[in-house]
Amino acid sequence: MTFLPLLGALLVLMMPKRGAAGDDSAPLWWTAQVITTITFLLTIPFWTGYGPGAEGVMFQVSVPWFRLQTLHVDFTLGIDGLSVLLVLLTSFISMLVFFSARSHIKEREREFLAWMLTMQCGMLGVFMALDFFAFYVFWEVMLIPLYFVVGIWGGPRRLYAAMKFFLYTVAGSLLMLVAIIWLVSQPVALPGQEPVLTSSILAHAEHSQLASGIQHWLFLGFAIAFLIQVPTVPFHTWLPDAHVEAPTSGSVILAGVVLKMGTYGLIRFCLPMFPIATHTFAPWLMGIGAVGIIYGAFLAWAQQDLKKLVAYSSISHLGYIVLGTFALNAYGLQGSVLQMVSHGLATPALFLLVGMLYERRHTRRIADFGGIARVMPRFAVFLVLATLASIGLPGLSGFVGEFLILVGAFIDGETRWLGVVAALGFVLGAIYMLSMLRRVLFGPIVDPANRELKDLSGRECFVLVPLVVMFFWIGLGSKAFTKRTEKTLQKIEQRYTEGRG
Amino acid sequence: MQDMIFLIPCLPLGGALLCALIYAWGGSGLQDLAGKIAAAAVGTAFAITLADFIGGESLHQELFTWIAVDTLEIPLEFTLDPLSGFMALIVTGVGFLIHVYSLGYMADDDARAKYFAYLNLFIAAMSVLILGSSLPVMFIGWEGVGLMSYLLIGFWYDKDDGRPAKAGQKAFIANRVGDLAFLLGMFLLFTELDTVSFAGMQTSADKLDPEIATWACLLLFVGATGKSAQLPLYVWLPDATAGPTPVSALIHAATMVTAGIYMLCRTSFLFALSPTAMLVVAVVGAVTALFAATIALAQRDIKKILAYSTVSQLGYMFLACGVGAYSAAIFHVATHAFFKALLFLGAGSIIHGMHGEQDVMRMGGLRKFMPVTWITFLIGSLCLAGFPLTSGFFSTDEILWETAMAGTQPALLLWGVGAITALLTAFYSFRLVSLTFLGEPRFVPAEVHPHESPKSMTVPLVILAGLALVGGALGLPEHLLEPLGHIPNWIHHYLEPVITSAHPLVPTDGDGHTMSTAAEGLFMFYSSIIAVVGILGGYMLFQRGPDRAGVLVAKMRPLHTLVAGKWFVDEIYELFVLAPLAILARAAAWFDLHIVDGLVNGVGSMSRRCAHKTARLHDGHLQTYALWMAAGTAIILGIVVVQLL
Repeated sequence: MTFLPLLGALLVLMMPKRGAAGDDSAPLWWTAQVITTITFLLTIPFWTGYGPGAEGVMFQVSVPWFRLQTLHVDFTLGIDGLSVLLVLLTSFISMLVFFSARSHIKEREREFLAWMLTMQCGMLGVFMALDFFAFYVFWEVMLIPLYFVVGIWGGPRRLYAAMKFFLYTVAGSLLMLVAIIWLVSQPVALPGQEPVLTSSILAHAEHSQLASGIQHWLFLGFAIAFLIQVPTVPFHTWLPDAHVEAPTSGSVILAGVVLKMGTYGLIRFCLPMFPIATHTFAPWLMGIGAVGIIYGAFLAWAQQDLKKLVAYSSISHLGYIVLGTFALNAYGLQGSVLQMVSHGLATPALFLLVGMLYERRHTRRIADFGGIARVMPRFAVFLVLATLASIGLPGLSGFVGEFLILVGAFIDGETRWLGVVAALGFVLGAIYMLSMLRRVLFGPIVDPANRELKDLSGRECFVLVPLVVMFFWIGLGSKAFTKRTEKTLQKIEQRYTEGRG
Repeated sequence: MQDMIFLIPCLPLGGALLCALIYAWGGSGLQDLAGKIAAAAVGTAFAITLADFIGGESLHQELFTWIAVDTLEIPLEFTLDPLSGFMALIVTGVGFLIHVYSLGYMADDDARAKYFAYLNLFIAAMSVLILGSSLPVMFIGWEGVGLMSYLLIGFWYDKDDGRPAKAGQKAFIANRVGDLAFLLGMFLLFTELDTVSFAGMQTSADKLDPEIATWACLLLFVGATGKSAQLPLYVWLPDATAGPTPVSALIHAATMVTAGIYMLCRTSFLFALSPTAMLVVAVVGAVTALFAATIALAQRDIKKILAYSTVSQLGYMFLACGVGAYSAAIFHVATHAFFKALLFLGAGSIIHGMHGEQDVMRMGGLRKFMPVTWITFLIGSLCLAGFPLTSGFFSTDEILWETAMAGTQPALLLWGVGAITALLTAFYSFRLVSLTFLGEPRFVPAEVHPHESPKSMTVPLVILAGLALVGGALGLPEHLLEPLGHIPNWIHHYLEPVITSAHPLVPTDGDGHTMSTAAEGLFMFYSSIIAVVGILGGYMLFQRGPDRAGVLVAKMRPLHTLVAGKWFVDEIYELFVLAPLAILARAAAWFDLHIVDGLVNGVGSMSRRCAHKTARLHDGHLQTYALWMAAGTAIILGIVVVQLL
């Protein structure tokens, strides 16, 4: 199933060119849309199969891959409570992207679709990989297409942005590769067996007993790689550039899924494998999270460009996830995973909306708008809903995650002050998002160019409605989500508590 | 009727959905139907509340689990007990009347179906706030009413150069500051007590450390000052009058703004643990009451006068909570809901009849043109002024009496502040009545054509006027009824089971009879004198228009400027809070662009210079880089292979 999109990519590349001119790209789009829809449908059994209260790994597939002396590397994929939501998020968001991208991708469509499908394969693989080498390969398979998507279909400064993104993430992934190699070279003693070399992520996560010194170095290697990917302050400056230059579909994938890989990695690797180091660094990382929330919010406040504003708001919202993860209790961890999902829905919705506005008006400057609720009422409804989901209105998706994360940070007397600082983001978020709403949607129409704007088409609404449904589902029925992640996260937390010494 | 509670919020919710559908897809013929559906939904919710209320039992209903993580289990559960039932009755009852009134008031607005959808959603959110049986469920409604208030204030978002939209935003953000404190208070209570349901907290409240209890209470109280417009977060309420007038009546006078008082009553068992927090509540309430009353003295916009008056009256209610007189606070919530909704709707009727005029200086003599509005507005003003035997008289007097009798120090000072406020209130009420209805018109009737409003607007006025007149019966003091036998004060008696007071309010003698009925009577006499003096003052000075007062104003120019300028609190906030924050945001953006990113780009260009020699590799094509990276990855993997072999 993971490879279905990859097959799709090949298929799209091989499809014959029909005619030299004219609108002949329809079959390409159609193929890609069918493939991604099938992929999404195929991930639904994960949701039903990995039901509330489920634990351990399900749907595991393992194929011998290669061997190096005593090290047998199996290509292992599987689903557990940490990955189930993210896999569904990936296939869901990817599907919506293929249905929305046609309005703004007008050239080199074949390549675009091929890269996007490859990227989808990489993203699904990253979340499902249970082997270090498979994880690394998917990680790269996911990143490389994204450079191309930003670099080819992006805005005027796309090369600068793609280069920056490239350099940052290459630095991160090389660091990670070194850390992976070092880690895999450390034997793991499975219960009742002699220590062996293994590249199984689960074996390391559940049984590794590393010395404190090694733990600290490896923790830093992984954590820095992931923090660049999240990104957190001070590694964040590639994100606004990448977002602003990327085409809408690139931004949607970036915000919806790619940024989650960093936070996913922190929980998957750092907590269970390096508990002692986690214990040492946790207060610092919580600090980074809290600083990111406040700093990102202030940056968002100062932006004049809609896309930049949403990009900086991401930095702020991702700060919550880092904060919650390193609160190292059930509330923080569960809240973080839920926040990954809800951010992965609200922010893509915002990027889609900004993109739809850009296609009509060819500007993203907030000051160029004003009063467009009058001419685009449907757009206004969606923008207000996405904003409310993003600023954490109770009953919509953003609230539950942030609420749990703040409870997690608050409940420990020593980190309480960080929880209080982070909670200020709750007010700051309302300030910059509502100012944006007011300046874009409300007030009188000043610029005559805005008087003629067309409201959203049925096709555009068709892409947005599923996201809105998800806002409400997560906002009101969070239990269906947290009960799926509960057992896996408990185990990770338990590993941390037992191993921190 | 147990299983019916959920209908109280869900009926208006369904009504809102229908109205939204009609707004989006219904033809122009259907738009009028929306308001009727909305009113019917709220009316039915009122009927259900009434039936449950008469049933008299405490009811619970759990719908589903909202959040469940570790020991934090939050069901979406509703409780209808005397306190929440009484509040729900006010909200759905007054809400129904205001829906009916809106049918007339909004009849010409193209977006009226949207308006009714919002109004219905507001009732739904407010019902959740009231019926929620835990702090987080209350918080859903708490933020929900804030959202609806935001949307309704900004309903005419493109009028007046976008002023309503700005006012809505201001309201939401001021509310959010309070909501943040509410959240933190909730976290603190959960950390200490491991539960956030009201029932659970009440049983384990005695485990709470007094200092923690003080912190938790103060945080919750800050939340209340946001929603209920008290110092220092009141600034949004006067601006909120930019919304349609029925919205001001419903949300910003009768219901939403009393949510803070309701929350304090709901958590009275916590406040009972912290005399410090109680004192803070009482002092903030008293100071806000006086402060807002002074501003109301010198405003010209009829809706602003009423808005500041609301802030001031809410201050009374907090004063009552702070001295432990929760029943008196709820009693005042009820009477205030009647008479202030009446006054706002009356103001709406005036504005409607005057074709949008809101400046009282350009009114006068309206009693001839709008007889029903005049009589009902007069009744509302008498209640607000605390004229003897009206509902406002009984509730205000009770608050003052209990303040004087409470153990809270300094009781007499608080009573004094309350009494002065009462005097000012009576004075500005009758300044308002005189300037609008008495004297000669200060406009040209032939040009303005003032007219009485349609039936759908005047009938709710009459009903509310009736309620405002006799509403005092809900809390007739015992000592007045003494001659008829021992009849308890109904509202005290009714709310007793759900309210925890820190100290017995009225001292009793050995036999359990309340003492000093004579003293209570004396205080009631004081209250009457204060009201009558204030009313006469306002009447005498303004009955022939503003000129006579002008002489007085000229003598107190600086004070008048200060009061008419609303003590310049908005300007102070702008200068010392908002402007610095905005500068900080811009500074952060500069820092990020030039320092953080500058460093990144600096490292980039430096390494580019170093790599000048290897420049042939860097041909500027990303594809090449990616290929190199793939090759690099392969090489590294190769090294690993070699090493492991």
